[in-house]
Amino acid sequence: MKVPVMSELYANQERPDILFWVGCAGSFDQRAQKITKAFVSILNKVNVKYAILGKEEACTGDPARRAGNEFLFQMMAYQNIQVMNSYEIKKIVTACPHCFNILKNEYPQLGGSYEVIHHAVFLQQLIDEGKIKMKESGDFKGKRITYHDSCYLGRANNIYEAPRKVLEALDAELVEMKRCGSRGLCCGAGGAQMWKEEEKGSTRINYERTNQAMETGASVIASACPFCNTMLTDGVKNKEKEDSVQVLDIAELINASMQ
Amino acid sequence: MMHIVSQIIFIIAAAAGIGLFAKRIAGIRKNILTGRDADYADQPLRRWKNVLLLAFGQKKMFRNPLVAVLHFFVYAGFIIINIEVLEIVLDGILGTHRLFAPLLGSLYSFLINAFEILAVLVIVSCAVFLIRRNIIKLKRFISKDLDGWPRSDANYILITEIVLMLLFLTMNATDLVLQEKGYGYYAENPTGRFVVSGMLAPLYGSLSEATLVVIERSCWWLHILGILAFMNYLPYSKHLHILLAFPNAYYARLLPKGEMNNMPAVQKEVLYAMQPELAPADAVPPARFGARDVFDLSWRNLLDAYSCTECGRCSAACPATLTGKALSPRKIMMDTRDRVEETGKNIRLNGAFKDDGKTLLHNYITVEELRACTTCNACVEECPVSISPLEIILELRRSLVMEESNAPQEWNAMFSNIENNFAPWQFSPGDRDKWTGETA
Repeated sequence: MKVPVMSELYANQERPDILFWVGCAGSFDQRAQKITKAFVSILNKVNVKYAILGKEEACTGDPARRAGNEFLFQMMAYQNIQVMNSYEIKKIVTACPHCFNILKNEYPQLGGSYEVIHHAVFLQQLIDEGKIKMKESGDFKGKRITYHDSCYLGRANNIYEAPRKVLEALDAELVEMKRCGSRGLCCGAGGAQMWKEEEKGSTRINYERTNQAMETGASVIASACPFCNTMLTDGVKNKEKEDSVQVLDIAELINASMQ
Repeated sequence: MMHIVSQIIFIIAAAAGIGLFAKRIAGIRKNILTGRDADYADQPLRRWKNVLLLAFGQKKMFRNPLVAVLHFFVYAGFIIINIEVLEIVLDGILGTHRLFAPLLGSLYSFLINAFEILAVLVIVSCAVFLIRRNIIKLKRFISKDLDGWPRSDANYILITEIVLMLLFLTMNATDLVLQEKGYGYYAENPTGRFVVSGMLAPLYGSLSEATLVVIERSCWWLHILGILAFMNYLPYSKHLHILLAFPNAYYARLLPKGEMNNMPAVQKEVLYAMQPELAPADAVPPARFGARDVFDLSWRNLLDAYSCTECGRCSAACPATLTGKALSPRKIMMDTRDRVEETGKNIRLNGAFKDDGKTLLHNYITVEELRACTTCNACVEECPVSISPLEIILELRRSLVMEESNAPQEWNAMFSNIENNFAPWQFSPGDRDKWTGETA
């Protein structure tokens, strides 16, 4: 894949319009890498002038901060802000709601002020501007799709409409779960839970949420967060429904259905 | 003579009731201010808008419209009917009977009619609430969070409200019967028939005038003494929300829900470690990281704790509570209030806080509870009075990790991965862009 890297562009006196913040999941997790590639494929198709930080990108510090390790978070933030400010970054897009939240809300008071947008909003803009054109009959046309709200996109930042608007472009049958929007149930990964075993309880949070998603009868569970994707994919596997229910990111859905 | 005695008794009772209430409120204010200083004075316009929408308008309650309407009846009923208490107080002090009736004329009838209708709505709503709690047993009301006193507290409040409203209606009904019988000062201050008490009046028609006077006067006295007693019960009960919902809406957090509070002290330490030339010679490290006890929380967190009415909407929405984990955001708030009550008492007794060997962390809120939180903000979103249990959870987590190095082994591994590999997993940082070399 042809992916422009910030250091190379900068050395050639080039300035991209937007930095694509890939995030740790998008960089290393095999499932999330597919989301990254789908998003890059969209960026390439619509001719956005972008770049990634590549090896210079580092964890935002989100899981450390939520777990209580403020020192580690501050160290990561310091390092990332130094790198981004040295490249004079103005605008960032990311496919991870956790990176989005921390870059948008928590970096500014540490000296890192950028315009940060999540790929749900970015994709909606591209669709609205007519830059993304859908195929006549996409793979998901008429299919029943339910959207799972990521906590860090929804309640944390009040972004509920954009991902749904993006899904409308698929010409699919969108159905809502009983808990959706500001009432959406967490997938179980946030607050650094992704990196530890769940505390003991009667069931797992991702199983509970997957049940709610499957109750809609949807064949596709759409998400806009790599961690939600992992949790729900595990939930579907636990139900042994991976043959009939897919968990896909909105970027993957759009990339597969666009011209 | 009789009049003067009752006037004196009334004045003493009212003064004592109000005085005790004021003393207790001052004590609570003092307890709240044992919290850390924090600035919530910015953006007054947005804050007043929150008071209007969230407190007066009860916006969050309308997430469940049916319950919101019932709750609104009780709230409106209680506030509006209290205008009538003004007349009771003045009558009590001056030894008059229905002082406003001749002054207001037909407006008086209109007002009392409106109060009576509201009183019926309050009774019906409170009855429905009692049924939801005790017969239908909604999950959030039978949760173990409420075992013991909190569950009784809720029922006492609902029953008291019903009794106060019944006293008001009975008072009016017997007053009407006495007017119609042409008895004494009741006949001298005719008010005419009110809509609800008018229907109740026939029940009392056969009683003697002396009995009617006793009932009417008893209702009058019990109504006002009941209100004074209720007012003094409030600050010891979950019901304090009827007052604190207003300041709590004003001081609500205005930042995006996803934004965690910064720790400038740690920010500076890291900056000085990275750029030692910036460090002042007299830089002192902060005394405490995160919150171990209520004194380390902000005064706003403590105001939250006193504003909590234990409705449990937070816990009903919490993914951890829902899946049987030890965490319940409502319990976080109840524990915080219990602890600040305890430390407040300690300070009153000893002049300053005397170590009692306990802290909010561990003795009230356990590590297992804190570890179960996904920081999803569902509790914050649901709270009708703008409480943030999440802020407390995160501050306690900070203390656990930074002061006690108390983290599960997996989290320690995650920390060291971030520190060494710049990712929470054990991958080589050199492989971060490896995906670019692969096909789509």
